[in-house]
Amino acid sequence: MIRRGLLLTLEIAVPVLLLAGYAVWAARAQSFYFPPLGTIQERFAQLWLFERVPDDLLPSLRRLGIGYVLCVLLGVGAGLLLGVSRVVQQAVQPLAEFLRALPAVALIPFGVLVFGFGDSMRIFIIVVGAVWPILLNTIDGVRGVDPGMLEMARAYQVGRWGRIRGIVVPAALPRVVAGMRTSLSIAIILMVVSEMVAGRDGVGYFVLESQRRFAISDMWTGIILLGIVGYLANFLFVQAERRLLRWHRESKGLAR
Amino acid sequence: MSSSPPAVLEVASLAKSYPVRGGRTEAVAGVSFDVAPGEFVCLVGPSGCGKTTLLRCLAGLLAPSAGEVRLAGAPVRRPPPQMGFVSQDYSNSMLPWLKVDKNVTFPLRHKGIGARRRAELAAEALRVVGLSEFARHYPWQLSGGMQQRVAIARALAYQPEILLMDEPFASVDAQTRGELEDLLLDVWATYGVTTVFVTHDIDESVYLADRVIVLSRRPSTVARQVTVGLPRPRDQISTKELPEFTRLRTEVMRTIAQVGGGGPASSEHRAPPGSSRVAASP
Repeated sequence: MIRRGLLLTLEIAVPVLLLAGYAVWAARAQSFYFPPLGTIQERFAQLWLFERVPDDLLPSLRRLGIGYVLCVLLGVGAGLLLGVSRVVQQAVQPLAEFLRALPAVALIPFGVLVFGFGDSMRIFIIVVGAVWPILLNTIDGVRGVDPGMLEMARAYQVGRWGRIRGIVVPAALPRVVAGMRTSLSIAIILMVVSEMVAGRDGVGYFVLESQRRFAISDMWTGIILLGIVGYLANFLFVQAERRLLRWHRESKGLAR
Repeated sequence: MSSSPPAVLEVASLAKSYPVRGGRTEAVAGVSFDVAPGEFVCLVGPSGCGKTTLLRCLAGLLAPSAGEVRLAGAPVRRPPPQMGFVSQDYSNSMLPWLKVDKNVTFPLRHKGIGARRRAELAAEALRVVGLSEFARHYPWQLSGGMQQRVAIARALAYQPEILLMDEPFASVDAQTRGELEDLLLDVWATYGVTTVFVTHDIDESVYLADRVIVLSRRPSTVARQVTVGLPRPRDQISTKELPEFTRLRTEVMRTIAQVGGGGPASSEHRAPPGSSRVAASP
């Protein structure tokens, strides 16, 4: 209990100290690139509470949301197919490995050609780059399903579809969720990058645009906002995971 | 028995071989036996003799290379609807994301049985195996012996006419094993379900069965059938004290020693090249 309290204190104290350090240092340094903390704070409140939220934050979140949901649907769907069928896997694996090795941002010019400068291009980039951890982890998860469970189901006349839904999917879920978590951070990165290319709105666009206007404090507010978005997304994800995979954590004897 | 009743399970010249590098290895070679309705039959044999392969053929999980299995007159080509199955690996047959009662009803849900009826069947089956209080636990919160009782409850809730069990008590401690044997005998007596029970434990086979079928070493054939006339209900202590029990277990043991132990396999049973993992039993 004492240890836990100490850890929690550290968790809060370290960022606070860093911020305080920055505030003291920036106030003295008078650096153009590192505006005083107070200025950044002020601009943050003016910009993001909540004037530009509908203009920049919501479009970003929409792209991220749609792109990520598509990643999950595609990754889990294709992963199940590839994991269950040896033949399909053999046929598609080299292609998948190639595409995975390809940096998604290299496809931005192609995306612009095909989809123009709209949301579709940005969503395309998110999907192309962030689907892989989900896909590959799903395949692994499906492969790792205990044959004993499947045999039990077969002995009790549970059909192929019933075995997939009732055993393969839940048994692979811990791996799938691990892939989804990696995928989420990649999706956020690609959201920002895609908005920096010929964008009209979005937090990524805002950061780049502020830099071009030499509005350095504004630029920093955008960066901080992205950090907050990433932190919150991960936090929500972990909370959902804890509920969904309680059985997995506890059956493996991990901390509750 | 004056005249033998029609068999519920008929195994005729069943053989199973697997492809291996440079040929095939035979696991089961021409096994034939019948099981009467309500009978409790144990299959014993030296370890690695192909007992599990044989049982998986009976269950319709493996297609035999030759011969046939008939259940209630119909050839078994896939797992039949009236069959319950309990395997050795209780922990692997439990679904860790489902609570005990849902594990029990898992096959029923896919059989299209309504939620209310499923709950009734699960409650009844868990009561029979003495796990009513643990219905809302996860299987991994239970001991190995309790998990195996859940597996038995799952088989019971399925309302099978025949129960196939593959060394179900092999991985629990001796004390628990005795309790599970008695539980199984109770269930068997109550429901009259025909049971085929694979084990490598000679005492267990004699204690449980009406008839012990002794299999030879790999590739397995029926070496001998021993009818067990011990009175029921059986008791871990008084049954095992009977001279008849001792005589029967000696008989089974001697048969196994002859077919699986010391001497070389007879020429027609000689292991083919590549099947070097033949049981080396004492």
